[in-house]
Amino acid sequence: MSIEVRIPTILRPQTKGEKLVTGEGETIGELFTDLDSRYTGLRARVVTDEGALHRFVNVYINDEDVRFIGGLEAKLADGDSVTILPAVAGGM
Amino acid sequence: MARFDDITATTGGTPLVGLPRLSPAPGVRLWAKLEGANPTGSVKDRVAAKMIEAAERDGLLHPGATILEPTSGNTGIAVAMIARRKGYKLVAVMPENTSLERRQLLGAFGAEIVFSPAAGGSNAAVAKARAMAAERPDWVMLNQYANPANAAAHYEGTGPELLADLPEITHFVAGLGTTATLMGVGRYLREHAPGVQIVAAEPRYGELVYGLRNLDEGFVPELYDEAVLDRRLSVGTEDALRRTREVLSEEGLFVGLSTGAVLHAGLSLAREAAKAGREADIALLVADGGWKYLSTGAYSDVLDDAVDALDGQVWA
Repeated sequence: MSIEVRIPTILRPQTKGEKLVTGEGETIGELFTDLDSRYTGLRARVVTDEGALHRFVNVYINDEDVRFIGGLEAKLADGDSVTILPAVAGGM
Repeated sequence: MARFDDITATTGGTPLVGLPRLSPAPGVRLWAKLEGANPTGSVKDRVAAKMIEAAERDGLLHPGATILEPTSGNTGIAVAMIARRKGYKLVAVMPENTSLERRQLLGAFGAEIVFSPAAGGSNAAVAKARAMAAERPDWVMLNQYANPANAAAHYEGTGPELLADLPEITHFVAGLGTTATLMGVGRYLREHAPGVQIVAAEPRYGELVYGLRNLDEGFVPELYDEAVLDRRLSVGTEDALRRTREVLSEEGLFVGLSTGAVLHAGLSLAREAAKAGREADIALLVADGGWKYLSTGAYSDVLDDAVDALDGQVWA
């Protein structure tokens, strides 16, 4: 099962400049472990030592924020697309 | 009663209108709360009034005082109107990548605008305002991202209005900016409408807006408590724009781009309910009308061109 992952500018030093990478995994946690085997250090930028998502990073499966669908345990399905974004101030 | 002592007294009490043409199934109803009906044309009139009242009550604001606020537009415009009436000065710190009309309106209401760099979007505006506040301790920063009066405006106003007009509410959807609308309305509805789903529609901007130098520059508003939300859906520029046009052509509702994002999220909830054979009454918060976005080409250009033009902007 191959999952497309969109990488924000700020994390591209960890992906050799790649904007779009692919990885494997049944869950978001597994996906980051798999990605880290090829893009060393990527996981540590997104996941804390305590195994939670970094406070200033948001991860989405398609359009759903994974924090509301199980966090690192959130399930992936074939054809899903994952997006990582830094948490920024919203408008207004 | 349609007679008021002055313009500020018209804040709140906004209409809730049905969107029957967008409903995917007979038992699934969509409702739009039209915050563009507030005095300066956005939901932020509620917030500006409450934050200024609170600052006056706390003795922070005196006649002639200067208010400093980071804003992508609506809050600044709402604060500027009240500030002008009450004799305060407003310095608005705004990303340079916001629409022309917002700058014009701020200017018209007498605010001074200080621009922050496009890269980093509102993050850069918040950082700049904080730096300016540190240098000018006599200025009053209302700090909408952290000010409890912001969420209180919705807990005390928007939420009760919504429930009074739609006691059968099953879902509430609003845009996620300062997070105060979702926090205030969300908490009120959780207390008074058991089982209601609180859903955030978060704008997904172009890359420029996420252009931080390092992750520690990231920002989560102090007001945000994820426990109030059931789901958080991210909506890209193209989907938001497409829905903004759809509600205009189908329902005759002329709304700003954040509403396009809210509608996109609301329609996916509506389809889920229809598919599951459930009834639903989905309330959507329409933060503002489309007036301030006309110059972006959002309503007139070829869709792809309009998406490109909006991509690097803080459009909600």
